[in-house]
Amino acid sequence: MSPLLIPFATIGRSTLGMLRVIGQVTIYAGQAVSHILRPPFYPHELLWQLLQIGWLSLPVVGLTALFTGGALALQIFAGGSRFNAEAVVPQIVAIGIVRELGPVLGGLMVAGRVAAAIAAELGTMKVTEQIDALVTLSTNPLKYLTVPRILAATISLPILVAVGDAIGIFGGYLVSTTRLDFNEAAYLRNTVDFLELWDITSGLIKGAVFGFIVAVMGCYHGMNSGRGAQGVGRATTNAVVSASIMILAANYLLTELFFNA
Amino acid sequence: MIRLNDVHKAFGSKRVLQGLSLDVARGESCVIIGGSGTGKSVCLKCVLGLVAPDSGLITVDGQDVQSGDRDAFLARFGMLFQGGALFDSLPVWQNVAFRLQRGPQKRPKAEAREIAIEKLRRVGLKPDVADLFPSELSGGMQKRVGLARAIAAEPEIIFFDEPTTGLDPIMSGVINDLIREIVTEMGATALTITHDMRSVRAIADKVAMLHEGVIRWHGPVAEIDTADDPYLRQFVTGAAEGPIAAVR
Repeated sequence: MSPLLIPFATIGRSTLGMLRVIGQVTIYAGQAVSHILRPPFYPHELLWQLLQIGWLSLPVVGLTALFTGGALALQIFAGGSRFNAEAVVPQIVAIGIVRELGPVLGGLMVAGRVAAAIAAELGTMKVTEQIDALVTLSTNPLKYLTVPRILAATISLPILVAVGDAIGIFGGYLVSTTRLDFNEAAYLRNTVDFLELWDITSGLIKGAVFGFIVAVMGCYHGMNSGRGAQGVGRATTNAVVSASIMILAANYLLTELFFNA
Repeated sequence: MIRLNDVHKAFGSKRVLQGLSLDVARGESCVIIGGSGTGKSVCLKCVLGLVAPDSGLITVDGQDVQSGDRDAFLARFGMLFQGGALFDSLPVWQNVAFRLQRGPQKRPKAEAREIAIEKLRRVGLKPDVADLFPSELSGGMQKRVGLARAIAAEPEIIFFDEPTTGLDPIMSGVINDLIREIVTEMGATALTITHDMRSVRAIADKVAMLHEGVIRWHGPVAEIDTADDPYLRQFVTGAAEGPIAAVR
């Protein structure tokens, strides 16, 4: 091959490789979804994953929301003071948290915690032949391992987002009333009066989509992990990175769809 | 009867099975021997349908392993994996009773636990092991639990993948004796892959030597020391010189 063509060949190979992975992930997610409504069901596995993914992510999502809400109040106050708009802190904190920061930061934190954990667990199961063992025990790994995780993440994340929204707004309230001299009752009234139902619902829908993405990427990379510790490590990294990028991309698309269509 | 007929399997450019043919009669204990990387595990996985062969036919009692009801087919099998492949998240008794807690062979929890403890006892483990997790067991105990899981649902056919790898000689002897006893007692068909000649002599009725993706020699275990096949001779004696390259 002519040296001049090598960069084009490299770009072509990378593009084809990326398209192949996108196709494989799409097929994998489609197969998993198709199994959700078909027996056998594993309710015990689902409950266990709800605990692992939902309940145990509460501290990390709550703390992230608390500090983000506080920092957001300070920033909006400082920025708003440039054109005498300090009074809008409650409204902007509320809408910023509920529409964007709650779901996105919640999704990213869960991606870091859960996608990594899922990929590492399933990757280890693969390299130690536990997934082959499941098949020989007449159990479909997609049903037993993937479906409960996808369902649990899709159910958990909107709940985590709702809790994160409340804590984030509380963080803004706490900073505004203690550091910026806002009146407590007025702050709460302004927040409640300003928010519309769709602001909250759109954030929860985003949460469900992000939960689905996190679990699919964790399961896909875990199930397709390479051999040995290095293979599992790479699967874990790929799961977190791909889930995070997809969450940010999906967030833009959903925002466009919900608020600009 | 398990029949593999002209089975080929390649991974990329690496041709692992190159026309493997082998018959294992009902109730027979057949051991496949061969060096590392000769395709022994791939052969087992092809029979179980975990790996699809590129060409050739594999049948069990005349039924193509790639067609028909997979669950019913797999329900006839038990398998002991090389590393045990126990589920880390489940206690020992749930590992052993895994098949008895799900699917068509599902039993009430108490009954499944009772069967699991009975199978653990059969492989020489005390009932107090039942509630431990696999990570709390030694390698030999994990192998025994794997063996208990393989026999829990009383399968007709049992596969053993390198059953003594990583075990000390005494524990290897214990596992070999257990396999022989259990296979005889259950009347099961057994297919074992190993390169441990002590296991071969303890477990096998018939021996098949796999080399470069084909069966080089096949015959009764009593003949492995007298057979004049140069590949078999080199493998049995462990000689560095011979038709099998020492560096593969």
